[in-house]
Amino acid sequence: MAESHGGAKGPAAGAHTGAEGGHGGGFPPFESSTYASQLVSLAIFFVVLYVIVSKLALPKVGGAIEARQNKIEGDLAEAQKLRDQSDAALKAYESELASARSRAQAIGNESRDKANAQAEAERKALEEQLAAKLAGAEKTIASTRTAAMSNVRGIAADAAGQIVQQLTGVVPDAASVNAAVDASLKG
Amino acid sequence: MKIDPIHQFNIEPLFTIGHIGHQTIAFTNSSLYMLIAVAIISLLMLASGAQLVPGRLQSVAEISYEFVASTIRSTAGAEGMKFFPLIFSLFMFICVSNLIGIIPYTFTISSHLIVTAALALLVFFTVLIYGVAKNGLKFFSIFVPHGVPGYILPLVMFIEILSFFLRPVSHSVRLFANMLAGHIALKVFAGFVAMLGFSLGALGWVGGVLPLALTVALYALEILVAFLQAYVFAILTCIYLNDAIHPGH
Repeated sequence: MAESHGGAKGPAAGAHTGAEGGHGGGFPPFESSTYASQLVSLAIFFVVLYVIVSKLALPKVGGAIEARQNKIEGDLAEAQKLRDQSDAALKAYESELASARSRAQAIGNESRDKANAQAEAERKALEEQLAAKLAGAEKTIASTRTAAMSNVRGIAADAAGQIVQQLTGVVPDAASVNAAVDASLKG
Repeated sequence: MKIDPIHQFNIEPLFTIGHIGHQTIAFTNSSLYMLIAVAIISLLMLASGAQLVPGRLQSVAEISYEFVASTIRSTAGAEGMKFFPLIFSLFMFICVSNLIGIIPYTFTISSHLIVTAALALLVFFTVLIYGVAKNGLKFFSIFVPHGVPGYILPLVMFIEILSFFLRPVSHSVRLFANMLAGHIALKVFAGFVAMLGFSLGALGWVGGVLPLALTVALYALEILVAFLQAYVFAILTCIYLNDAIHPGH
C-alpha cells in the first residue's frame, strides 16, 4: 500500500531535485530508492514496539497504576472504618456518661428523700414526746391547783369561822360557813 | 563554509539485509534511529520499576500512560481503549524519535514522508477495516451527515468522501512537513552564525549574535513542535478511530 504511495511521489521528487540543484543526491525524503529499506525497517521496528508495548509495557505500567489505586482506595476504606469505630466508641462513651450522670442524680435524690423522711420521723417522735411531757405537766399543774384550791377553801372556811367567832363570839356552824365560802369563791 | 540544510536528511545504508526483487534492503541510519527509539521506549516503560511510590523514571512512564489513556478516553470514549497499544506505540514512537532528532548530528525518522505516510496509512486502514468489520455498511453513514437538505446532500457526501480519503495525506504531510521545515530552519539559522563568522571575521562574529539568538529560540520551539506533532498525530488517530467506533455521529 505504501509502496504505491511512494511510487506516486516519484515524479514530484524528480521535480524537486531539479529545483534544488547543487545537491549530489537530490532531496532525500523524495528519493524513492530508499523507500523499501525505510518501510522494511519501520515495519520491523514498529511491530516490535507494538508487541513490547501491548504485551509488556502497558500491562506493567497499568498494573502499577491500578495497584496504587487499589491501595489508596483500600487505605481510605480502612481509615473510614476506623473513623466509624471511633465515632461509635465516642457515642458509647457519651451515652455511658449520660446514664451514669442520671444514676448519680437518682441516687442523690433517693438519699436526700431518705434523710428527709428520717428527719421528719425524728421530729415527729420528739414532738410527741414533748406533747406527752406537756400533757403530764398540765395534769400535775391542774391537780396541784385543785389541791391548792381545796386547801384555800379549808383555810378560808377556818378563817371565816375564826373571824365570825371573834366578832360575834358565837361559833358558827361549819356547814353554813362552808356554804358561804363556796358562794364567795364562786362570786 | 556552505550551508547544506538538506544533508541531515540523507539516508545512508549501514549494511545490507537482503533483497526484495531488485530492491536492496539495507539497514540504514534511519533504521538505527528507529532501533534507538524503540530501545528508549522499552527501557522507559520496562526498566522503570513498578513501585507503589514511583521514582522519576516510573513517573515519566506512568504520565505517558495516563496522558495517552486520557486522550483516547476523551476523544474516542471507553471503547477506544481497544486501540490503546496502537495509539500509545504511535505516540511514543513519533514523540521519542522527534525528540532524538532535535539533538544535533542525529537523524529524524519522521522527516521522511514515506515513514509518516506508512504510519498514516496504517491508521487509515485500521479505521476502515475496523469500521466496516464492526458496523458493516452502517460505517459509511459517516459520509451522510444528519440534517442536510436533500438537494445538497450529493455535494456534501462528495466532500465528506473526498476528505475521508485525503485524511492519510494530511495526517502524514502535517508531521513530515513540520519536522522537515523545522530542521531546515534550524540548520539555516545555525549555518548563518558560522557563515558570518568565517566570511566577515570579527564583525561577522558580532553580527552572528542575532541568528544565534534565533537558533536558540527556534530550538525551544522545535522541542515543543516535536512533542506537539506526536500529540496531534495521536489525537487525530483517536478522532479517526472514533468514526469507526461510533459512525452515527
